[in-house]
Amino acid sequence: MNNIIKKFLPQILAILFVVLIFGFLTINAQTNMDNRGIDFGFGFLSQESSFDVQFSLIEYSGSDSYARAFLVGLLNTLLVSFISIIFCTILGVIIGVARLSSNYLIKNSAAWYVEFFRNIPLLLQIFFWYYAALRALPLPEKANAWFGVTYMTVKGYYIPAMVWENLNVFLYCGLAAIISIIVLRNYANNLRDTQGKQIPVLLYSIAILIVLPLLSFLFGGVSLEFELPQLKKLSKISYIYEGGISLPPELIALVLALSLYTSTFVAECVRAGIEGVSKGQKEAAASVGLTPNQVLKLVIMPQALRIIIPPTTNQYLNLTKNSSLAAAIAYPDLVLVFAGTALMQTGKAIEIVSITMLTYLTISLTIAAIMNWYNKKIEIKEK
Amino acid sequence: MFKLVKQLTSLVAMFAVLFAFSTETMAAKKSKTLENTKKRGFVRCGVSQGLPGFSNADESGNWTGIDVDVCRAVAAATLGDATKVKFTPLSAKERFTALTSGEIDILSRNTTWTLSRDADIGLTFVGVNFYDGQGFMVRKGSGIKSTSEFKNGTSVCTNLGTTTELNMRDFFDSRGISYEPVVFEKADEVVAAYDAGRCDTYTTDKSGLAAQRTKLSAPDDHVVLPETISKEPLGPVVRQGDSVWEDIVRWSLNTMIEAEEYGVNSSNADMMKTSNNPAIKRLVGAEGELGAAFGLDNDWNLRIIKQVGNYGESYKRNIADTGILPDRGPNELWTKGGILYVPPAR
Repeated sequence: MNNIIKKFLPQILAILFVVLIFGFLTINAQTNMDNRGIDFGFGFLSQESSFDVQFSLIEYSGSDSYARAFLVGLLNTLLVSFISIIFCTILGVIIGVARLSSNYLIKNSAAWYVEFFRNIPLLLQIFFWYYAALRALPLPEKANAWFGVTYMTVKGYYIPAMVWENLNVFLYCGLAAIISIIVLRNYANNLRDTQGKQIPVLLYSIAILIVLPLLSFLFGGVSLEFELPQLKKLSKISYIYEGGISLPPELIALVLALSLYTSTFVAECVRAGIEGVSKGQKEAAASVGLTPNQVLKLVIMPQALRIIIPPTTNQYLNLTKNSSLAAAIAYPDLVLVFAGTALMQTGKAIEIVSITMLTYLTISLTIAAIMNWYNKKIEIKEK
Repeated sequence: MFKLVKQLTSLVAMFAVLFAFSTETMAAKKSKTLENTKKRGFVRCGVSQGLPGFSNADESGNWTGIDVDVCRAVAAATLGDATKVKFTPLSAKERFTALTSGEIDILSRNTTWTLSRDADIGLTFVGVNFYDGQGFMVRKGSGIKSTSEFKNGTSVCTNLGTTTELNMRDFFDSRGISYEPVVFEKADEVVAAYDAGRCDTYTTDKSGLAAQRTKLSAPDDHVVLPETISKEPLGPVVRQGDSVWEDIVRWSLNTMIEAEEYGVNSSNADMMKTSNNPAIKRLVGAEGELGAAFGLDNDWNLRIIKQVGNYGESYKRNIADTGILPDRGPNELWTKGGILYVPPAR
């Protein structure tokens, strides 16, 4: 009996404490809002938003609801995070490996890069790219074509748009290619394990990835045309490009700053991972006759990844949350559109801020879940 | 017997209602905000982050502008000293939360009076100190003379969390023009973006355009288009629920406007005490007991006029003489062809 009390009493008290605190906060907010004549409720979400957003992945106009405006902001946040995560991973792996290079110049430039970009506050870097670097770009009519068809201007980066015919056939072919590669890999692994035979899987995979979609062009009726951006006159002195896709400078500045900044942390994770594999592993692998490539691929990387993944997950989460700094440079992310304009127009501060917080929490937990799943998959499986 | 009990209870209930009612009116007479302000020794006033003519701080941190003068008038009326104001610069996004959360007691920050703001979010507008309307600014060289010349794809810079954002959508939608809204939180960021050529046009209240134009690298290369696309009555705001404080702010503003109407200004206010006109005498505290209605002494309005001046003086000092909007337009007195008209102070 005494033991049970000892065991559970502190926990019950702790729970009671938390409940009381939340209860107090709720009642306090309730009374204050009542006193000031503010209503609480989520009904506003279905009301017409009556404001426009600069940049949206889905159809949206001012006659849509606040809920849809929320979705627009959320998708913009996910877009900028997704692109930045890809760029920072690629850059981070390259820089991280470069730091371990035996070449003096490569090793030291990589070290300088890391120290420079990770030690300047992110907000300053965003400001630098947006206010200093991108503002110095030419006006649309004065821009030179990059690669002949794209234009980098102060109003944004204009690139050709792809106009597909029978896009779905092409996508099915791509899917088929990926499935056949997985089947091929399993077959090759099986062959190696049972008969000790090796086949060049990578070479075959690349061939499949090229040939199958190519066939869809030849026989599936798929065609692809490019719509090029065309200069259009708005007034005597102002121009824009029409047609094609316009990437707003706000998006570009944000992606640049986020991926350059986060790539330094990813690079350090990669370096730590590779250095964390003991030298004996490498020597043992070499002594059984594996080529240096095989050593890296079959011995070093699988072990390094176990060290790399958990801290890199943290960096991905940080990046996603840092993307909320977008509001500082007018990129219409969740914070600017929903916790900014929508909050101001409705005055529903508590509702909107809690929705926004829950959304970021959900995004972070989802990324963490995916990375944990991957981590589980590659961790040591005791036999 | 049973009937008697019933009657007694109803009597008690009636008394209870009466009692509750009387304490409530007692409470209403006393203003918590006024009490706290007196205890603190200064008026807490929310202003813009820098809008010449309305609320702007110089290098040494002195605030000037017609929005600033409203707060100074309240300080003169309640504390006897127009300098006893603490100004809090707020972005458009922060302003209402700062007021409803009690961080400031007056929001005098070129804020448009709308139904939803007045009714929905715990605020009360007390009056209008500037009649404005939304306009567009473009580069002179563009050759654009009217808003009807805007084409599809025009990029528009403006402030986050303002009525401007909504009016702009109404304007472009009703004309079927597609446009790119680029919204920043700070006014300075909007100006910088427009200046760099990020946007083809800059839209906000016309007074704001005139004021912000002075911040551009080459102000003379830009023009404000003639059209006004919205009504923007700007005025001071207080928290809902303190009607005495609300009245003090309302009548401090009204006093400034009425003083101009009767020709009372900061230099002649003392002499006006002996005027033959009872309305003027009331305005300088020489007749009537107007201050008592909100728990102030009888010189509250005289102090406003002496220390801050009348509305005309404030306008001239802040907006006309600085070259922002020399022409008073609708902000002229009703007796001189404008729409400035306040209820009588009596």
